[in-house]
Amino acid sequence: MTISIDPQKTNNESLQPKGWLRYFSFSLDHKVIGIQYLVCGFLFYLIGGTLASAIRIELASPMSDFMPRDVYNQVLTLHGTIMIFLWIVPVVNGAFGNYLIPFYVGARDMAFPRLNAVAFWLIPPSGLMLVASYFVDGAAQAGWTAYPPLSITTPQSGQIIWILSVLLLGGSSIFGGINFIATIIKLRRPGLKLMQLPMYCWAMLGTSLLVVLSTPVLAGTLILLSFDIIANTGFFNPVLGGNVVVYQHLFWFYSHPAVYIMVLPAFGLVSEILPVHARKPLFGYTTMVFSIMGIVVLGLVVWAHHMFTSGTPPWMRLFFTIATAFIAVPTGIKFFNWVATLWGGKISINSAMLFSCGFIINFVFGGITGVALAQVPFDIHVHDTYFVVAHFHYIVYGGTVFIIFSSIYHWFPKVTGKMLNEKLGILHFIITFIGFNLCFAPQHWLGLNGMPRRVAEYDPQFQFVNQISSIGALLMAISTIPFLINVFLSVRNGKDAGDNPWNALTPEWLTSSPPPVENWEGEAPLVEEPYGYGKEISERK
Amino acid sequence: MLNKNIYLILVISLVFAISFWIGFNVNLLPAEASINAPIYDELFKILFIIGLIIFIGMTIAVIYSLFKFRKRNDQIGDGIALEGNLSLEIVWTIIPSIIVLLIGLYSYNIYDRMGGMKELNHNHEMMSSNTEKIWAGISQTSDNEIAINNLSIEVSAMQFAFLFNYPKGNFISGELHVPVDKKVSMKMESKDVIHAFWVPEFRIKQDIIPGQPTILNFTPTKVGKYPIICAELCGPYHGGMRASIIVEEESDYNEWFNKNKKPEVNL
Repeated sequence: MTISIDPQKTNNESLQPKGWLRYFSFSLDHKVIGIQYLVCGFLFYLIGGTLASAIRIELASPMSDFMPRDVYNQVLTLHGTIMIFLWIVPVVNGAFGNYLIPFYVGARDMAFPRLNAVAFWLIPPSGLMLVASYFVDGAAQAGWTAYPPLSITTPQSGQIIWILSVLLLGGSSIFGGINFIATIIKLRRPGLKLMQLPMYCWAMLGTSLLVVLSTPVLAGTLILLSFDIIANTGFFNPVLGGNVVVYQHLFWFYSHPAVYIMVLPAFGLVSEILPVHARKPLFGYTTMVFSIMGIVVLGLVVWAHHMFTSGTPPWMRLFFTIATAFIAVPTGIKFFNWVATLWGGKISINSAMLFSCGFIINFVFGGITGVALAQVPFDIHVHDTYFVVAHFHYIVYGGTVFIIFSSIYHWFPKVTGKMLNEKLGILHFIITFIGFNLCFAPQHWLGLNGMPRRVAEYDPQFQFVNQISSIGALLMAISTIPFLINVFLSVRNGKDAGDNPWNALTPEWLTSSPPPVENWEGEAPLVEEPYGYGKEISERK
Repeated sequence: MLNKNIYLILVISLVFAISFWIGFNVNLLPAEASINAPIYDELFKILFIIGLIIFIGMTIAVIYSLFKFRKRNDQIGDGIALEGNLSLEIVWTIIPSIIVLLIGLYSYNIYDRMGGMKELNHNHEMMSSNTEKIWAGISQTSDNEIAINNLSIEVSAMQFAFLFNYPKGNFISGELHVPVDKKVSMKMESKDVIHAFWVPEFRIKQDIIPGQPTILNFTPTKVGKYPIICAELCGPYHGGMRASIIVEEESDYNEWFNKNKKPEVNL
């Protein structure tokens, strides 16, 4: 007897655990890995959210009275690191990318299934390590930016564990990026052209390029920083002749593109969701593709706008002002195109649609403050204040996290075969939207009027506005409850979804829900018009 | 069709009117107490109005679409199969590009008026040599102005305090006293980690970096006491790292200065 090993089929069904147990196994199925990313990310979101609540409780009063000052700095460092590296980046890239990209290119799995599983399984240990560092000698307390010399002079064990953890997460991210590029370029079903791919593929291609180009720089920087901490080298240590501003350049060379690593996939996801629920083709496909690539190119040359007060020469300040402000152009095109997608549609107002529209409104607001922040003279006053905190929460929470929820409402029937409850979903949206804006809109005013970020105590004149913000944070915490109830109830007793409850045209809906292990019973369908809404079947190519 | 256009024009004018009204009537900024402040506030007002127009316009467009194009219960089928409109897409590429470019040029102008483009090496009398690298801050002097007229102060920052050294009086103060309407030139250096010098009422901020002096120049215009706030995370007591700047009439300042002045030690 000979055993034939088909590389696509080594994901042998008989060797893999069945049912829910497979989510705890080293599964090679891209769909299982996607869900592993999502659930793992959501658990870290709950941890990061708890830390955020602790911050807002501390800031409900002007004195530092809720927790010790050094613990407060640990909490804000962990909050930032967890939310970026363990929730948003893994979920918008890893979770949805793994689940959807093979469907979109017409493949049965990712290009490198084992690398894919390794990339996921790096995340839980490094995340747990990061959280556990609190119990060693206190977690890192230099902020998620870990600027030296503060990161060199604070307790070492926490900072070193932080560096190791971020290195592992960065490695996971690079593995994922390579895998997405290979899958999108090489695993496309015969006959499927690049310009026929659903927009999320383009977003993931752009994002993965950014990941592969910029994450290694962060890794190198953090390795140098760890040498400064444990081996007493002087790369960034001014006492030994090091230069602290060089660290900032290297750090932001990754960490500004990281913003696009967090928002570009969201741009892709919303481009999938809006056409389905508005029953209209995605407006301006080609300009959308070019604007994604424009954002990728510009995103690599704007990093120094985080350093306008660091002692940057005037010419550099100006260059980065202009480059940064110009990102608004391709980004603006996308937003106009989404509104044009809604225009003249037959819009189903459901949870997925509401979260997507909430995303548009919040992100436009965050984008406008972003253009303002790009202007050097504007930034010099508000840099490192609550204005900046408000701005980037509008981008990453009001933007990306809203899209994560929108995507969960949209693809839940695909993954489970059950519908989520719409009433609970709309309730979730309303509380989240009100809570979010109540929490972060007032923070713009705080920053403009003199409240710096990362402080445990502040001028008593800001107490009232801070309390409004804390009430908003409380609402955001409460908003998780209807969501969790909804998910748990619907997984068990949800209404049967059928294979394609939204009558969507993208390829993941052209199979059963939940899909079989090999994605399609027969051959993968050729979808040349993933957005062919409003056309007769015969008109579609 | 005509009717529709009239409504569109009405809505757009209303959005503009509301945005301008809010821009001119809602003040989100603290008091103006330096030469920089009114220049900053001018930029803020312009950006605020443009931002409001875009934000209100987009929000109305989204909410209107959701309401107007919502699927009614009796409706089946899809919306119109409109896949794009090249001229429209070109319009909303070019108009934002022009707006962004104009904002960029305007903020360059603002930055120049704040003195951001001036060479800093000329106007600081404490420069030990021309080869010493001093990193940018914001300068307010014109090149013709004589540096001697400036009040020069050396700032050192440490966890978690600012110290202000008045070299002419040979003393160090924990409070920054400056005379009104006179240019102050500060050379700042940190003893340990990165700090930042921020006075919200002056609209200025500059990081104070260890191993690398930075310069910050400003001219206060209003008598009063304002907070100096550290704006860069510098350790557990970062939130408590504050000092005060006291802007006073020249005579009051001189009185304070002479009271604290120490005679120079003759060796």
